[in-house]
Amino acid sequence: MSRIGVFVCHCGENIGRTVDCAGVAESCAKLPGVAVAVDYKYMCSSPGQDMIKNAIAEHHLDGVVVAACSPRMHEKTFRGACAQAGLNPYLCEMANIREHCSWVHDNRDDATGKANDIVRALVAKTIRNRELFPIKIPVTKRALIVGGGIAGIQAALDIANAGHEVILIDKNPSIGGRMAALSETFPTLDCSQCILTPKMVDAAQHPKITLLTYAELVDIDGFVGNFKVKIRKKARYVDPVKCTGCGVCTQKCPVKKIPSEFDEGLGNRHAIYTPFPQAVPNKPVIDAPHCLKLTNGKCGICEKVCQVGAINYEDTDRIVEYEVGAIVAATGLRALTAADIYPEYGQGRYKDVITAMQFERLASASGPTLGQIKRPSDGKVPEKVVFIQCSGSRDCNAGYPYCSKICCMYTAKHAMLYHHKVHDGKAYVFYMDVRAVGKNYDEFVRRGIEEDGACYLRGRVAKVYEDEGSLIVKGIDTLSGQNMTIKADMVVLATAMAAQSDAVELAQTLGISYDQNRFYSELHPKLNPVDTATAGIFLAGSCSGPRDIPETVASSGAVASKVAALFSKDLLEREPVVATAKVFSAMNSCSGCLACVDACPYHAIETETLLDKKNNIERVVAKVNEGLCQGCGSCVVICRAGCLDLNGYTDEQMYEGIVAMGGR
Amino acid sequence: MQAEAVTKPKIKIFAFVCNWCTYAGADLAGTSRINYAADVRIIRHTCTGRIDPLFLVKAFENGADAVIVSGCHPNDCHYNEGNYLARRRWTVVRKLLDFMGIDNRRVYFSWVSAAEGAKWADLVNRVSKSVSELGPARHFGSPATQAQEVRP
Repeated sequence: MSRIGVFVCHCGENIGRTVDCAGVAESCAKLPGVAVAVDYKYMCSSPGQDMIKNAIAEHHLDGVVVAACSPRMHEKTFRGACAQAGLNPYLCEMANIREHCSWVHDNRDDATGKANDIVRALVAKTIRNRELFPIKIPVTKRALIVGGGIAGIQAALDIANAGHEVILIDKNPSIGGRMAALSETFPTLDCSQCILTPKMVDAAQHPKITLLTYAELVDIDGFVGNFKVKIRKKARYVDPVKCTGCGVCTQKCPVKKIPSEFDEGLGNRHAIYTPFPQAVPNKPVIDAPHCLKLTNGKCGICEKVCQVGAINYEDTDRIVEYEVGAIVAATGLRALTAADIYPEYGQGRYKDVITAMQFERLASASGPTLGQIKRPSDGKVPEKVVFIQCSGSRDCNAGYPYCSKICCMYTAKHAMLYHHKVHDGKAYVFYMDVRAVGKNYDEFVRRGIEEDGACYLRGRVAKVYEDEGSLIVKGIDTLSGQNMTIKADMVVLATAMAAQSDAVELAQTLGISYDQNRFYSELHPKLNPVDTATAGIFLAGSCSGPRDIPETVASSGAVASKVAALFSKDLLEREPVVATAKVFSAMNSCSGCLACVDACPYHAIETETLLDKKNNIERVVAKVNEGLCQGCGSCVVICRAGCLDLNGYTDEQMYEGIVAMGGR
Repeated sequence: MQAEAVTKPKIKIFAFVCNWCTYAGADLAGTSRINYAADVRIIRHTCTGRIDPLFLVKAFENGADAVIVSGCHPNDCHYNEGNYLARRRWTVVRKLLDFMGIDNRRVYFSWVSAAEGAKWADLVNRVSKSVSELGPARHFGSPATQAQEVRP
């Protein structure tokens, strides 16, 4: 026979006014399995909690039901009190007779009757409660960061400075990401490379950071604190240990006319190359599809000129494996080319219609024009430049209904940089709205208009076409109501910022969700902006939506503090509300249909092969991974054989509760 | 007393709700002091995906005159997709319950979020009103009690 204690709280007048608490305690005392039932003015107060603790000792209680407020309010309090009295906290349940009863009903008889039902149901449930213990999971204190842009670098530095090992991978030959390609940064106009490259070097030299460039995440396995990751190190054909980064191979390489990805196609690179001069690591890789030696076996110049013998044409992709405790996605975003969004703007057809990222390279001191603004078609300095904002963004028809967030600011910056470099040049900016929300952002845009003479026109551009070596931009100025025709030398499109083209693929590898625009979904957009629904996987920077540099750095810091908190303990403790094998049947009745595997949103159900006495494979059954299980219980209902159960909400508990609630 | 019982029969509505949305929504109705019908009995589950159709049958067997199943709105499930499983399940279960002799007018499904205290109160009042009009359900306990039941 169980010995349950029932403690009915008056909550001052809050419950006592509409519920006859003494009456409830009295009728509960008569229930089978109840050893003691009392009422008290404030059960959550110190004397109230003492009353529970004393009763546990005095009556040798093996279960406690506190009839008071919502468990969302005080379950922790009362379970804590029980634990202090030596009772397993999961043997304590709360009956909600305040929020669900006294506060919403005014007829005293009805409310008291209902309170009786509620407490009776919880008593019946609690009789079937079992002792549960927090699940303890060991933590591998090493983080994997996918993406070596500013988001990944900052997160890596912050985590490493907290004392934990970091593996930072980037699919490109160098870290640096998009920020490395920027000219100057708003709103202070400091040179992007000047502030980024020291961080890149710090990351590369940090004793706690392992840098793997030209590498991709292939597969992950496991769960929070215990991930096993497989990383493909792409063939570099250059031994990074032997290579000194002298650069002779690149100079002598005869394949020179490959459009440089880093320069957005405005400059060229060789087949053996480093993406940009400040690359980290500053060791070249061979672009196999373009290399003469690797494609048809002729050439081999780089091998001949290399004095340290670092060239290895036999190099192949290699898979390396690591164990990590946390994973950070810092994969950033992709700036679109407008060609497939707005063919009427002529990008791709007219050389002088360029994207904003291309303008960044033109304005960059290390860019293809060494920082001089020259139009791509004939190298002429443009006298009139038209900037078109929202090229794709905020257009449902183009498929990018969202605001790309950073374009208003960088367009203002571009107009300013252009004016600083071409003093008698004139910049026109077509905009929908100027969204300059940020510290010193609006002032920055104003400066562009007032000091650098950028002409802002509120309206859309309908068409861009070429006429006698100039670009004719036809648009409308909605403020004056006039159609505008501007004869420009160059057009710069602020194209939409989209999710990376392989974003979905990576999300599937990581097991995280993404939104309709393929940006990764946060656990909660406001309260958990850097967590994902998968415990132990975090989001830094623009992979969850366009962000500017300060926001990206802030999100990386947030991720680092989350990771550091995760790594602060040797064992993770989790609520034991997880799916489990039913007590009596265990998994004996599991037929191996594995319907539960499909029902589980967390991939928490694995398979286990049962062997007979002669070690022959008998059958395959389902097995819950407690580390991954979040305790929703979907698998329990789906299980045809009825061999799964949910700790704390077992079938037995729920049925007894229902029967008692009916009270027949 | 007799006259009162005729005008407002005593009914019980069992509400099977998820912990994260509807339970919290009912809490909000409480903290907002929104008065509603006292016929409802809330049973807390982790997720609507955890609610076994047999729980509903058990409820009808044990004195329920109606049941409500309510959880997070589609796309808002705390466990990502438990409510989708539930949604698919209930479209099928309705037919089963009907086959078992449980009037579908006594079975309600709804989405009530943690912010919708007023919606919860409204739902309970609506169910209470229409089920009161139907009167108490014919309870199917053991065959013995069924045999004793006097049908008009």
